[in-house]
Amino acid sequence: MSVVEQAAVLPAARPRPRPTARSVALRSLGVVFVLALLVFMVGPILWLALRAFSNVWPYPRFLPSDWTMKWWHSVFADKSLGHSIKLSFEFAPVVTVASAVICLPAAYAFSRFNFPGRRFLLVSLFATNAFPKIGLYISMAGVFYTFNLMGTFLGVVIVQLIGTVVFMTWIPTAAFSSIPRSLEEAARDAGAGPLRVFFRITFPLAAPGIFVAMILSFLASFDEAQGTFLVGIPNYITMPTEMYTLVLNYPEQAAAVFSILLAIPSVILMSLARKHVMGGRLAEGFQIR
Amino acid sequence: MSESTTPAGLLIDRVSKDLAGRTIVDDMQLEVRAGELTCLLGPSGCGKTTTLRMVGGFLQPDAGAILIDGVDVSRLAPEKRPTAMVFQNYALWPHMSVFKNVSFGLRLRRLPRREIRDRVEQVLELVGLTHHMNSFPAQISGGEQQRVALARALVLEPKVLLLDEPLSNLDAKLRVRVREDIREIQQRVGITTVFVTHDQDEALSISDRIAVMSGGRVEQYADPTTLYREPATHFVASFVGAMNFYTGTVADGAVEIAGGVRVPCEGARRNGGAPVEIGVRPEDVMVSTAGDGAEAHVLREIPRGHYKELVMQLGEAEVRAFVGPEVSTSERQRVRFARAVVYAEGVLRPSTEPAPLR
Ligand SMILES: Nc1ncnc2c1ncn2[C@@H]1O[C@H](COP(=O)(O)OP(=O)(O)OP(=O)(O)O)[C@@H](O)[C@H]1O
Ligand SMILES: [Mg+2]
Repeated sequence: MSVVEQAAVLPAARPRPRPTARSVALRSLGVVFVLALLVFMVGPILWLALRAFSNVWPYPRFLPSDWTMKWWHSVFADKSLGHSIKLSFEFAPVVTVASAVICLPAAYAFSRFNFPGRRFLLVSLFATNAFPKIGLYISMAGVFYTFNLMGTFLGVVIVQLIGTVVFMTWIPTAAFSSIPRSLEEAARDAGAGPLRVFFRITFPLAAPGIFVAMILSFLASFDEAQGTFLVGIPNYITMPTEMYTLVLNYPEQAAAVFSILLAIPSVILMSLARKHVMGGRLAEGFQIR
Repeated sequence: MSESTTPAGLLIDRVSKDLAGRTIVDDMQLEVRAGELTCLLGPSGCGKTTTLRMVGGFLQPDAGAILIDGVDVSRLAPEKRPTAMVFQNYALWPHMSVFKNVSFGLRLRRLPRREIRDRVEQVLELVGLTHHMNSFPAQISGGEQQRVALARALVLEPKVLLLDEPLSNLDAKLRVRVREDIREIQQRVGITTVFVTHDQDEALSISDRIAVMSGGRVEQYADPTTLYREPATHFVASFVGAMNFYTGTVADGAVEIAGGVRVPCEGARRNGGAPVEIGVRPEDVMVSTAGDGAEAHVLREIPRGHYKELVMQLGEAEVRAFVGPEVSTSERQRVRFARAVVYAEGVLRPSTEPAPLR
């Protein structure tokens, strides 16, 4: 081995500096935090999962003493539960599409045009989420009574829309804004009219953001309980509102089963969103300025 | 010349544009002959991009007209104009392959598939990128992206090609190579071209003519040699190339600069004796250790590779000279000017005789 090569190898072979007491303490503190986070996040879900299959779970024991599938059977056997699942899957897509139709043009306007009150409008969208929702819903109920919207499909759609407009406006606005105008201008230059530019260039490029916004809207609508309960009852009972009755009328194991059912779409859609946003070629493309 | 018979490839006819209450382009007049490459050269913020965007149709002029081949296009939308633009950031569509990017405009025109394929292949061959036909913009280098952008503009066979600082994102070496490519392709295709840059080197090396802009106006419009040898205004003289400037007076065969230093200058002709601005290119500063030159002493010596730059004290002023690397640099030097340009009130004083040979 030549002298030069040896010199290059030597530093790597040198032993690592001895860990000091301080760095050991810091490291273990980090481990503790991660564990705590895990317990708080995974713990409840694990507990829920165990609960859904347990018959008897006496207090001090670590695991249930008796396992059963009967809660699953009873949930699936209950007609009204099945109906609520179906209803939830009807409302969520309708609300998502309605929200997209209303909010996407607004998002495009927010990102491409500078009009008076633009910032104020954007920020005020947050107001719907800043106040306790139930107060808002109750004042809305008054209006809904006058227009005969209480207990109607349309009424429920409107009340669920409120929770989606923030995602459906902010995320697509950011997506549109991240598309350099020169990309649109280059398409105009090549001979495309404004509409064609939107559908061939702007929309495909903003699609990942729009897709994520739609997933979040879908979930917001799917999980919405308070407003739906207030407006929909007694005609429209969706899964989250059904939870209220369930908790009162069934043992808590049945509620656990139902929670798991309610969580399935969220988990699937969230992982879809993650994959679509993080792994795409589109994300790379945005870096070309 | 061409005005009387064939119309100009591009005529920017007394165009003005105000943005946010400021006049950005001010009564601009520019004629680019068919097949000619004109550079818009000027400092940052002088209105180059604004001018180009008006030609491309992305901005409406407030006054004046834009004519292409004699036809007024001022009121046409960008998609209706026979222009094609290469954007500073290339503006390639990241969700389309190179082929899709280049063929976009042709597909809009509903040309037959075969013809589209042929034309895209031809133009990609021209820019040397056939092997990247199916790559996506994010997968190719900056220089290659630049050439795709050029191909995308050329494939439309526009009457006027517009380039907005197309090389500013490339490193120095690549910049020189790609600008030569662009010039070569432009001449081969014979396309009327406006090339925006703030790099004088770039402008001097590829243009048929250069329009030097300042404050939204054209200061001088001339071929590179004229622009360099006879800059029409003080501004052009200081913007294009390096120039020593002195306030002084001109006598026969010499100039007198601040501090009463008299420097021999070939071709100098006395003219009234009023104080004027005198400009001397560093390569026109002759140094020798003997002779009748004005006395100067060397402050700094900067090696520039194939030549040397000397910074010298000349009376109360400084003078920069480009000399060959072989010139011995003793501390004391004698300085003569081989050529000087003279400005009265910022405007070139026409010399009574042709520029002397060096
Ligand atoms: N949309 C706009 N609104 C207001 N002012 C603008 C707008 N676009 C450009 N300007 C101003 O016009 C001036 C000229 O801009 P322009 O982009 O034409 O300069 P440029 O010569 O291309 O400069 P650079 O070399 O930096 O690109 C600048 O001072 C700029 O601030
Ligand atoms: Mg510019």
